[in-house]
Amino acid sequence: MRRPDGRLFGICARSYNYCMTERDQSRGKLKLFLGYADGVGKTRAMLEAGRQRKLEGMDVIVTGIPSARQAEDEKLLSEFELIPLRRSRDESAVGDEIDLDAIRDRRPGLVLIDNLAHSNPPGARHPKRCQDVEELLDSGIHVYSTLNIQHLESLRDVVFQITGVRVEDTIPDSVFDEASIIELVDLPPDELIKRFEEGKVLIQPSLAESAGKFYRPGNLIALRELSMRRAAGRIETQMIDYMADREIPGPWPASERLLVCLGAHSFDDQLVREGHRLARELNAGWMVLYVETPRTIRYSQARYDLMTSALRLAEELGARTVKITGNEAAETIMDFAVKHNVTKIIIGKPARTRWKEYFSGSLVNEIIRRSGKIGVLVLSGLNQSVTRNLGREGKPAGKAIRYLYAALVVILTTLLGLPLIGAIHPTNLVMLFLAAVMLSAAFLGRGPSLLASLLSILAFDFFYVHPQLSLDVSDTQYLITFFGLLAVSLVISNLAGMVRDQVVSLRDRETQTATLYSLSRELTVLVNLQAILDTIVQQTAETFSRESVVLLPTGRMPNEGDLAIMAASPNLTMDETDRAASQWAFEHGQPAGRGTNTLQSAGLRCQPLRSPRGMIGVLGVKPADPGAFLTPDQTRFLEAYASMASLAIERAILAEEASRAQIVNAKEKLQIALLNSISHDLRTPLATITGVLSSLYEAEQTDGAAVILDRADRLDLIETGWSESRRLNRLVGNLLDMTRVESGALNLHLRAADLQDLIGASLRRLDELHFDHPVETDLPPDLPPVMMDFVLIEQVLVNLLDNAGKYSPPGQPVEIGARRVGNEIEISISDRGEGIPVEDLDRVFEKFYRVHPLDGMKGTGLGLSICRGIIEAHGGTIRAENRPGGGAAIRFTLPIEENES
Amino acid sequence: MTAGSRILVVDDEKPIRRFLRTSLAAHGFEIYEAADGEEALLTAANTRPDLVILDLGLPDMDGIEVTRRLREWTQAPIIILSVREQENDKINALDAGADDYLTKPFGVGELTARIRVALRHAAPVENQPIFQKGELMVDQVRRLVTVKGIEVSLTPTEYDLLRLLIRHAGKVITHNHILRQVWGQAYEDQSHLVRVNISNLRHKIEADPTQPQFIVTEPGVGYRFRVDA
Repeated sequence: MRRPDGRLFGICARSYNYCMTERDQSRGKLKLFLGYADGVGKTRAMLEAGRQRKLEGMDVIVTGIPSARQAEDEKLLSEFELIPLRRSRDESAVGDEIDLDAIRDRRPGLVLIDNLAHSNPPGARHPKRCQDVEELLDSGIHVYSTLNIQHLESLRDVVFQITGVRVEDTIPDSVFDEASIIELVDLPPDELIKRFEEGKVLIQPSLAESAGKFYRPGNLIALRELSMRRAAGRIETQMIDYMADREIPGPWPASERLLVCLGAHSFDDQLVREGHRLARELNAGWMVLYVETPRTIRYSQARYDLMTSALRLAEELGARTVKITGNEAAETIMDFAVKHNVTKIIIGKPARTRWKEYFSGSLVNEIIRRSGKIGVLVLSGLNQSVTRNLGREGKPAGKAIRYLYAALVVILTTLLGLPLIGAIHPTNLVMLFLAAVMLSAAFLGRGPSLLASLLSILAFDFFYVHPQLSLDVSDTQYLITFFGLLAVSLVISNLAGMVRDQVVSLRDRETQTATLYSLSRELTVLVNLQAILDTIVQQTAETFSRESVVLLPTGRMPNEGDLAIMAASPNLTMDETDRAASQWAFEHGQPAGRGTNTLQSAGLRCQPLRSPRGMIGVLGVKPADPGAFLTPDQTRFLEAYASMASLAIERAILAEEASRAQIVNAKEKLQIALLNSISHDLRTPLATITGVLSSLYEAEQTDGAAVILDRADRLDLIETGWSESRRLNRLVGNLLDMTRVESGALNLHLRAADLQDLIGASLRRLDELHFDHPVETDLPPDLPPVMMDFVLIEQVLVNLLDNAGKYSPPGQPVEIGARRVGNEIEISISDRGEGIPVEDLDRVFEKFYRVHPLDGMKGTGLGLSICRGIIEAHGGTIRAENRPGGGAAIRFTLPIEENES
Repeated sequence: MTAGSRILVVDDEKPIRRFLRTSLAAHGFEIYEAADGEEALLTAANTRPDLVILDLGLPDMDGIEVTRRLREWTQAPIIILSVREQENDKINALDAGADDYLTKPFGVGELTARIRVALRHAAPVENQPIFQKGELMVDQVRRLVTVKGIEVSLTPTEYDLLRLLIRHAGKVITHNHILRQVWGQAYEDQSHLVRVNISNLRHKIEADPTQPQFIVTEPGVGYRFRVDA
């Protein structure tokens, strides 16, 4: 199924094996018990082998055995732990889907699972059991399973031809190829038939009706041979791999390259299977090609779907699939074949009448004619009735009206020409009709233009050619005119029709390209992740006319975490299944949900978003009308869309990570600076105090013997120590205030206070701090009292004044002003210092901010930020500005409340 | 010798300068002050101090730079004042030529002891052939080391190491300095050599290597041969 890419030609088997060994480390191994029909004893052989492993000490469990079978092998089964089948999603009954999650939680060494080709009931996680097995292998669990040869996808047609029974449950050949070991379980057909007649064979329900037809010696012998050949083929492949791995020189077959050309026919998938079979037998690489031409664009949706499903089948079978556009199919195919060194072309021959072939030419013939050295294999369809059932190729809507228009154009032309009869020779009037035909070809399409040309001839004959108003022709020369007109009309209408079709296809393509371009352009200018996600959702919704959603893992790290909806169309809802589908798509990196092979019952189609770092999220689209699927074209378009979205999201996430790292970095730097600053500010007064005390102690101890400290010295020392301890106290007080402001533990004791009073108290405090600048106050006499916490606002004033003093030249005055502004009192403290750098005006209130941090100016950088905390707690504001004429001013406001009077 | 020596105190904190001036003057030193690096270099050039007490955190240039520039023309001992967060700067200053360091806050007694050791070493005492401390005797002429009168046999490296330590007795010597002097430039970052040889040396000359009397470790900086000031 999931086959590694990059395997093109010739080296198919070998590189495959290489990938296997690389994956072997973590991946579980699959052993298949292959039989040619039910009843040969596959299940028993598997159980016996399982028992052997169990005896060897392996942890073995069993699941997927049908209940009828359980009775028969009761004794053998009783030795194993049985994992019951999963309850179906509607919880009403036990389905026959194996319980993947239970098995994965149980983590056995080996699981025995019966009937690999089983199809799960609708609503299961995967449509097929072999996909369940794939998931188990991926999670490192070994699996034994059973398989009948007729369930191999590539043998489907062969089996149908042999037995006349169409097998529905098939598995891709890649599962078979990827199995580590194939064990052929054999029983001579005679004995099998005997067992069947004795009723000892358990028939699968799907085969029950045709069982009698199936169990006939001829069938069984052929199937037995088929299974043996296939098993032998495996051994040969293994041997070749072995030789290649050890670089044993051998007669390597010249590498053949096959090219299968699809024609949007019902037997396209048959062509693919045949191509696969041939590629295997020739040990060749193969490609499957579909060429889109102006002609094919008009194919009906049904034909288109046939081709698409055949392409998907080809991918499953390991082919490289290519879809290209060209003007002419044969030419495009041959160009492609030559460019890719194709040695054989496989093409289907549709059944058509000789007439049709004669007129429209045969693609097959054309290719054979041009093939040169390349071999061409032409296969004819098995069941062509289907082709006929597909009906006529799609008619554009409103076709009837176009024919009507065509007729109208001719009538108008005729009327236009009537006055000219006699003035101009009738042969020249033909030109008018030619113009009419051309117009209808250009605007109305091929059919209407053909009608127009026929009508033109009739009208020309009837109205203009002598005898008029009759279809008789008197002058046989006009017959040449008629034929000329007809031929020219046919060519023109064909050419114009082709141009029209091409224009339509170009326009479609152009729309897609333009949409992608506009998405990419919109995403490029955005940096913010959320904006990008919103744009993606909106554009997706518009482009696909569907609701859409983007889910990203919560941790933002690729490949891990639970998905969370990051952006979604307004009305989108996600149910449990949608969530499961998105999570599955994210974990497995493959589309899931509606229109895929996984969790089809989901309403959402989940497209994984992939980046070089891994899976980064999921893009989901949901049609407003629950029945609508994406067309194959839209699917491809959605993939392109998703990859572009992934790039943008990845870019935004990386940018986000980088800026987050930058912030963390800046924060750490700030923290270090803060620690250093506090440490310095605390230690310096401590150093002085310690020094003073130790000095005094020493002097006391030696009693003046060695150290001479007179009274003045002692006083000086004590004074120094005392002032430093006050400084220390202030710093600790600041730090505590800061903590209180930051933790929001500021308890305001509001009381009406007089500003005069406040300023007086602050100035007294300043005196204690040896403030050596004159203070000028300017207070209007009629200021009302203000509600405030007196102690805290006093602290603010002291801090601001102290600050202003620090930044002022000695002796320069500091000014205090106050005024009423509306319902607020504004107080300003201004100095004549050097001011504050303009870019820092907003930052001065940040913690640990200092103007010129290196100029030796002392202070914690906490003062102003404490002020802001206190003022804001009062409901006021604080700001800094530079004064005209030099110096800085800090202004803060306090609200005047109504109840203060 | 020590009393009357001229000491230059370089610190940007006025209170520190103030108490150092008072305390050191009481010990009989003559004190000059400087508040930043520029002023320090200028004052040092004008006054030719016998010793410099230098704060690492100066507003205009760091103490390492001041040390380097002083060392360009004077061998006067330099004692570094630092706070604990300046560990690396301290080592760099010592490597740049500073003689000792003290971590703030410190007692004046400790400072004066360091000053005395530094000043004593500034005097040319190296050509004394016999070094005696407690029970340890090193005869530099005969390359003979005895403990309690009993000869101790040292490897040439251990002997060089011991001689380096006693030549700078009382002063801290950084790992890098030891490596350069004993092993040579090329060994600069192999501080394990020092560790191993110091350990061996301690076993041979110390009574109890876990509580060394002679060679003490200055954590994170280097070693010091202890002298009782």
